Amino acid sequence: MTALAGDWLAVGLETDIPLQGARVVKTGAGDIAVFRTLDGTVRAVEDRCPHRGGPLSQGIVHGDTVTCPLHNWVISLATGEAQGADSGCVRTIPVRVDGGRIYLSASALGALRAA
Amino acid sequence: MSSKLVVIGNGMAPGRVLEHLFEKAPGAYEVTIFNAEPRVNYNRIMLSPVLAGEKSYEEIVIHDDHWYAQHGVTLHKGKRVTGIDREAKRVVAEDGTTADYDKLIIATGSRPFMIPVPGHRLPGVLTFRDIDDVSAMLDAAKPGKRAVVIGGGLLGLEAAAGLRLRGMEVAILHLMPTLMDRQLDESAGFMLAQAIRDRGIDVITKANTEAILGETCVEGVRLDDGREIPADIVVMAVGIRPNADLGGNAGLMVGRGIVVNDRMETSDPDIYAVGECAEHRGICYGLVAPLYEMAAVIADQLTGTDRHYTGSAVSTKLKVTGVDLFSAGDFTEGEQRQEILLRDAAHGVYRRLVIEKDRIVGIVLYGDTADGPWFFQLLKEKADIAPFRDTLIFGQAYGELAPADPISAVAALPDEAEICGCNGVCKGKIVAAIGEKRLTTLEDVRAHTKASNSCGSCTGLVEKLLTATLGDAYNPQAVKPVCPCTDLGHGEVRRLIVAQQLKSIPEVMQALEWKTSCGCAKCRPALNYYLLSTWPGEYVDDQQSRFINERVHANIQKDGTYSVVPRMWGGLTSAKELRAIADVVEKFSIPTVKCTGGQRIDMLGVRKEDLPAVWADLNAAGMVSGHAYGKALRTVKTCVGTDWCRFGTQDSTGLGIRIEKFMWGSWTPAKVKMAVSGCPRNCAEATCKDVGVVCVDSGYEIHIGGAAGLDIKGTEVLTRVETDDDALETIVATVQLYREQGWYLERIYKWMTRVGLDTIRAQVVDDVDNRRALFDRFLFSQRFAQDDPWEARVDGTDAHEFRPMADLAYAEAVL
Repeated sequence: MTALAGDWLAVGLETDIPLQGARVVKTGAGDIAVFRTLDGTVRAVEDRCPHRGGPLSQGIVHGDTVTCPLHNWVISLATGEAQGADSGCVRTIPVRVDGGRIYLSASALGALRAA
Repeated sequence: MSSKLVVIGNGMAPGRVLEHLFEKAPGAYEVTIFNAEPRVNYNRIMLSPVLAGEKSYEEIVIHDDHWYAQHGVTLHKGKRVTGIDREAKRVVAEDGTTADYDKLIIATGSRPFMIPVPGHRLPGVLTFRDIDDVSAMLDAAKPGKRAVVIGGGLLGLEAAAGLRLRGMEVAILHLMPTLMDRQLDESAGFMLAQAIRDRGIDVITKANTEAILGETCVEGVRLDDGREIPADIVVMAVGIRPNADLGGNAGLMVGRGIVVNDRMETSDPDIYAVGECAEHRGICYGLVAPLYEMAAVIADQLTGTDRHYTGSAVSTKLKVTGVDLFSAGDFTEGEQRQEILLRDAAHGVYRRLVIEKDRIVGIVLYGDTADGPWFFQLLKEKADIAPFRDTLIFGQAYGELAPADPISAVAALPDEAEICGCNGVCKGKIVAAIGEKRLTTLEDVRAHTKASNSCGSCTGLVEKLLTATLGDAYNPQAVKPVCPCTDLGHGEVRRLIVAQQLKSIPEVMQALEWKTSCGCAKCRPALNYYLLSTWPGEYVDDQQSRFINERVHANIQKDGTYSVVPRMWGGLTSAKELRAIADVVEKFSIPTVKCTGGQRIDMLGVRKEDLPAVWADLNAAGMVSGHAYGKALRTVKTCVGTDWCRFGTQDSTGLGIRIEKFMWGSWTPAKVKMAVSGCPRNCAEATCKDVGVVCVDSGYEIHIGGAAGLDIKGTEVLTRVETDDDALETIVATVQLYREQGWYLERIYKWMTRVGLDTIRAQVVDDVDNRRALFDRFLFSQRFAQDDPWEARVDGTDAHEFRPMADLAYAEAVL
């Protein structure tokens, strides 16, 4: 499954993730939540809510946001910012989809691990 | 000693007489009511919203059983009076029940007129008069089926709009060239026909029905020009006839209706007639406002005030959502008459006032009816409009001091301006009540003044009055929306899902005009539950709209691990189960094992990836999911009952196990916890559960509506039954009613507070057929629910939920 292509690491197929769902990719920098929104956009963010570290990959996906399963913070998948009255941010990881295959940016993951 | 008052008929008019009577002179009369319909008094003018699915029967009940009990009224439901013996002052019902009276009120109402064309007795020919008619229409109203409504008046249009909303193909046949020809002029009738056609309803005017076709049931309608219109049902809405026969047979003077004088007395001064059966000064009224005025006069007469009824000016509003129409008075043309007309085609506005000698005598408003009450007030006062005639047609806002916004327009109304036409409530009374009784909500105003309590079309005006009087202290959001994605409340969404046969989340969002593309984490789980409980076996559960716990069938913990609770039926376990649990705990290094409050064992700290393997081992020992994570049936806690306890009166453990085995797997609006105690010492703590049973020597007390969480609340006793079979049936029916009516996340005690214990009791205790039907619907839905979700996931269902998509730790190591 894992393959190298320049800066891009293949992590799976689009069809591995249900629409409005998420899967986890385990990395040396911690878990990454990879989402697929209703319109098919693939997004990747750290799998840790900025509030109490809840696993965002387990939340309900709506629009381009996810609601954390622990205390209902709503996090933007595009920017990683908490929405509404809450403030906080998770890091986003650049994603490329090519030929049905999902790639994460290796350098971004590296930066995350270094941070 | 109190006098005996007997009332024949239990519609809105006699209901109002009694309300006034009990307010003015409580205890003055001992009241007996005979109702030919087998039920309490309900708001007949709200039948259209019930047909359209915008309201439920329970919401239009005016007086529930409790009200009759409270006022000591004997209500004979389903008993038709067949004779009045005026000599003996006694009435007799068809089953032989009699009642003596000192004063008698006849309120037999009216019946729909059936055009006596061939075929008018065929099955499928219906009328639109009472809740039974609505039920019959709803039974027939399957999407794609055809309905023909004969009569394009108020009732016919409302029936047609309701049936169309239920998905039927609908045609309206109207004898005259314009719809509602008795209330509208041609122009407004034309605009109305257009609006009705825009709803996908076929309007055929100048349609004279010659025959209703069909052999064994309705197949169509033939017009006198030879046209044939196919139909699965035909609704006759061509008019009503007063039910005057009972009065006539008793020798009272009868014209079209039972003739009454200005005191509302018939030709026998001890007998009054009120409502649609009465004829006053040659007029029989069919609208609610005059009936209420008559009712007030009778109540005064009964309590010694000699007030007179002198007739009513009536106005009409059409209760079809989205069509605003108001008419009053007489608008035929005449030599002495002039008209003032305003048309705004772009905005679909039409206003016509008919003026005679500088007085308004007729009003027709279409499109914008906000000024209706103001014009109507001028009409009733016979006000001289000459001073502001030039600007009259633009309405009150323009004609007077030109207040800038609708709130100040309402604030500027004189105290005697009528706000609620149905109940004759003027502005001054409402404002005074808001001040004196510190009313803050629409419901308060309805309860204290009756304004907006009947047809509801003045609700906007009442709300503006609340705003004008209370300022920001009034929050007009009477219905709390499900979430910011919609303005609709839970109750409305539930009803519209049923009424419009909406069967998927995208369909609901489209039809109900959701404001977001795919909802949010609040509304999606709610919609998923509503669809699942409404269309069992048909709707496909949307996993992505479920909270994580229900998606992976375990409880998420603060660190992202899960807890696992297997079912222990009635709290019983065995060496085999305990051994399997012990083995699982060791094998998967589960850090915490704890007893729950519901008599079972919780394993906490299980890693998500391990869940399927943990379940496989538990399954192998015969254990299934305990649904400790779901809005679902949780536990049925029991005591040991007659098996061991020296005080036990019944087999409480056995009943608990039976209930749990019957009901496990069912999804509910919020969690449902139950308990069965073997005696009133109540060791299973049944009286703080959602549903509890307390066994006694003679049988079983069924309790509902307890809480021991955020709120603490003891249960209420729903009923007592003799056998465990009856206990099971009652409990299942109650939970099914809750499944069908409850709002998402609304626990049973909150549901009970909202709909009332009496309403629940009426449906699951008093109405045996209904209880059985609820039980059967639960049984049906269990066919699709009673599979162990753990076993399915051990076998590979939703495997993606439990495995990471990729593990890059190794790949990164080699980078």
